[in-house]
Amino acid sequence: MLTLTCPYCGVAADETELQAGGEAHLKRFGPGASDDEFEGYLFVRENPKGVHFERWRHAYGCGKWFLAARCTVTLEVFGTYPAQSKEPPAHIRKAITAKRPGWTWREFA
Amino acid sequence: MSEPVSALMGRVAAGAVTVRDEGLAGMITLRGDLATAKLRTACKHATGLALPAPGKITGNAAKGLAWMSPDELLVLVPHAGAGAVADQMAQTLAGTHHLAANVSDARALISVAGPHAREVLAKVSPVDMHPGSFAAGDFRRSRIGQVAGAFWIDADEVIRVICFRSQADYVFTLLAKSAEDGAVGFLG
Repeated sequence: MLTLTCPYCGVAADETELQAGGEAHLKRFGPGASDDEFEGYLFVRENPKGVHFERWRHAYGCGKWFLAARCTVTLEVFGTYPAQSKEPPAHIRKAITAKRPGWTWREFA
Repeated sequence: MSEPVSALMGRVAAGAVTVRDEGLAGMITLRGDLATAKLRTACKHATGLALPAPGKITGNAAKGLAWMSPDELLVLVPHAGAGAVADQMAQTLAGTHHLAANVSDARALISVAGPHAREVLAKVSPVDMHPGSFAAGDFRRSRIGQVAGAFWIDADEVIRVICFRSQADYVFTLLAKSAEDGAVGFLG
């Protein structure tokens, strides 16, 4: 069972109150992009065993989207932060480094 | 004109914990920037209350303000005047980005009262109903069985549940069954 704290309403929301939204921090490529870039945006996803960044929506609560950093192996949650973040904030990275030294995920570390 | 009626037509499931249709309730969805003075003024005019903190409710079912999300409040007023109140709010907020919609007839209000009322809710929703986690004045939007709902608890331990009108029968039946099955004994 996954429990994520919604950064907007502060509620520790149970998995059943949330809607999963796939991978976080996707770079969008549209008109003018190369075929490879567009393919990457549409189809290529991380599938890590360990640290992962995801989008979630507090669907049964405040209805807001937010981002979560968690471990796919242990279901440990490192933190949640607003969906408007273009990259994981420093305190989230620090929390991950404390638990998983040397972690990398896409271009983040 | 036809008489407005509540979805549950005053149904009551009596027992150690009584589940009761609270009848018609006026509800206005108010969206906008909660930090603005105009919005605070509109709420003050409608209910005479101050804005609730996140996750809280001020007032009661007859006159209340409930925090729904960072940009949304639920305004509780008597059913008969809800339309006029919504219009007045819209006037007060004219010129700012907002929404004041009378949703009274899209909702149902149900009360759960009795010694193990907290457990009746705890069995059907993922919310921690322990008195230390959910106290009087707290307001929570969550899941009730398979549908969305919101509820709060008063100082007298009566829980009031808001759900969509079309799902009122499901929510009432679920709560009544949960109440009928008795206490678990965990929350006392």
